[in-house]
Amino acid sequence: MDSDAVVDVRGLNHWFGSGDMKKQALFDVNLTLKRGSFTVLMGPSGSGKTTVLTLVGCLRAVQDGSVKLLGQELNGAGEGQLVALRRRLGFIFQAHNLHESLTAAQNVMMGVQVHGGVPDRTVEQAALHALGLVGLADRTSYLPGNLSGGQKQRVAVARALVSSPALVLADEPTAALDKDSAAEVVDLLKRMGQSRGTTTLLVTHDNRILDRADLILTLEDGRIIRVEERN
Amino acid sequence: MSRLLQRLFGRLPIGWLQLTHNRTRFAAALAGVAFANVLVFVQLGIMNSMGAATLRPYTFFQPDVMISAGDANSLTDGGNVARQWLLQAMADPDVTDGMGLFIANVPWDRGDKDISLTTFGIDPVKPAFLAPEIATDLTLLQVQDAAILDRLARGLGKEEAAAIRPQSPLSFETQGRTVTAYSTFAGGGGFGGDGYMLVSDQTFLSLFPARRSAAPDHILLTLRPGAQPEAVIARLKTLISDPSLRIRTYAQAAEDDLVYQQTRRPTGIIFGFGVLIGVLVGLVIVYQVLSTDVADHLREYATFKAMGYGPRFFLGVVFEEALVLGILGFVPGLIVGTSILLIMGAITTLPLAMTPSMAASVFVGTIVFSALSGAIATRRLAAADPADLF
Ligand SMILES: Nc1ncnc2c1ncn2[C@@H]1O[C@H](COP(=O)(O)OP(=O)(O)OP(=O)(O)O)[C@@H](O)[C@H]1O
Ligand SMILES: [Mg+2]
Repeated sequence: MDSDAVVDVRGLNHWFGSGDMKKQALFDVNLTLKRGSFTVLMGPSGSGKTTVLTLVGCLRAVQDGSVKLLGQELNGAGEGQLVALRRRLGFIFQAHNLHESLTAAQNVMMGVQVHGGVPDRTVEQAALHALGLVGLADRTSYLPGNLSGGQKQRVAVARALVSSPALVLADEPTAALDKDSAAEVVDLLKRMGQSRGTTTLLVTHDNRILDRADLILTLEDGRIIRVEERN
Repeated sequence: MSRLLQRLFGRLPIGWLQLTHNRTRFAAALAGVAFANVLVFVQLGIMNSMGAATLRPYTFFQPDVMISAGDANSLTDGGNVARQWLLQAMADPDVTDGMGLFIANVPWDRGDKDISLTTFGIDPVKPAFLAPEIATDLTLLQVQDAAILDRLARGLGKEEAAAIRPQSPLSFETQGRTVTAYSTFAGGGGFGGDGYMLVSDQTFLSLFPARRSAAPDHILLTLRPGAQPEAVIARLKTLISDPSLRIRTYAQAAEDDLVYQQTRRPTGIIFGFGVLIGVLVGLVIVYQVLSTDVADHLREYATFKAMGYGPRFFLGVVFEEALVLGILGFVPGLIVGTSILLIMGAITTLPLAMTPSMAASVFVGTIVFSALSGAIATRRLAAADPADLF
């Protein structure tokens, strides 16, 4: 076992539904994400990619097998432990999921404030800095309604990265974006990951992203059928 | 505002930002809360003034004990009391004096409209039974058909009332006789009549020939200073062999009357019910606003959950919204409520007014019920499942 692993999944099985409707979605999934690596998870629709992401991201209870996140076992972990772990993660969803009533800066501030006890000024400066890194320094006080799709997704990236998470989980973050914006967002993720040593697990159908990956995992019918290491 | 709240909460005022994001909805919500407040204020105002109006006539007299018929729930209700019980009561060593009190309404044709005066017939040589303001003028009533008139009676002009003196009395026809008012006192229009008038028992009996001097409406007693009213009443109950009579301290009689008016009379019940409706309307409005707001932001809340925000954060947001609605809705509610009570008071001459205690209790009630609505609305938060976000 790799001590440098941010995520270490062993023999993970997962079922949805119960009784007659019970259906297995994951079969004996094993994967290891090294610190600072950029991993892409691929596979056809319904293959279980999102399920893996939600299990690793503490959004679903682990039923069978072992998921070690940042050295902590998630199988059997309590809600308090899961909430605390989530604070060390950065989530980027397919939809930007920004809060429409909050400005770009305020949305990003929510990513800092979750840690509590941070002075207002520091929170604000961190948010403005993160927005600067994603190239939105001149849009900090815009409401999401006044930003383009790409800009909104960049705000979401800034929100996910603002408190330097140990692991970023992204589920098709570029699906709603045009080609240029998509490339921009992925480059951003990759670049910020490299400069901060963040580990990234990204689900995508987008082949253009593959050349940026260190590791490509392919899921099919709930099983990992291919593991491809790059460079 | 946002910065101030941020300083206050130590976090972004999400609730405030969320509520104010949709201005129209926010304004409608505040108007709703204000409306509920106004509803409660008006009902409470009327209830309070009913209470004040009920207690008002009790302040004209100051006996220690009152004997009334069993069905006499208020001064003007119920049957008579035989005067023989007055003589019986006088036998008690602690009873110093007694007086029969006669009560009936007389009409007064004021030309443009008839007003009704609640008339008290009293013994004009017993000032000890009367409030000081009236007691000083009591000898005036020894003249047949003399009266002391309520200068606050509805329909009586201010100047007209102020001009009434022994040198310049005011006469008017009622019950086929000419009554002459030589002086005035501060009564005030109530719910049972437009004002009050005091006459001697002799005058009263000639105004109402059907009434008998042997059967006053109530018997008033004064006690020796230092006497225990409860002990005297207990003795009177054995002394007076009619068990249907109510023998109470005068203060207790007033208190019973108030409770009766507010809980047993249709008007009291209606206005009490009005308060309840107002509270319910407010509760429903705040709940409706908050739960729609939670439902509209489930996705955002799920995102915050995924980011690591715990249940306390979400409760805080909903309570923040409840407080914002409660506090900001109360202000216009107070302003409009006060104005309506002022206008209604001016029209009816009832003592309708916003009192600080009323404002304070409605404010506290608004906050409590808003928080309660918030607490109910938070149950919807459980629907925000971050696993559904991806
Ligand atoms: N909440 C759920 N309840 C029941 N079944 C579910 C649930 N979520 C996913 N599944 C099932 O589990 C399997 C894997 O779903 P998952 O969402 O992980 O697929 P995916 O690879 O992310 O697909 P896509 O590319 O379409 O997003 C599918 O068969 C799906 O129907
Ligand atoms: Mg999916």
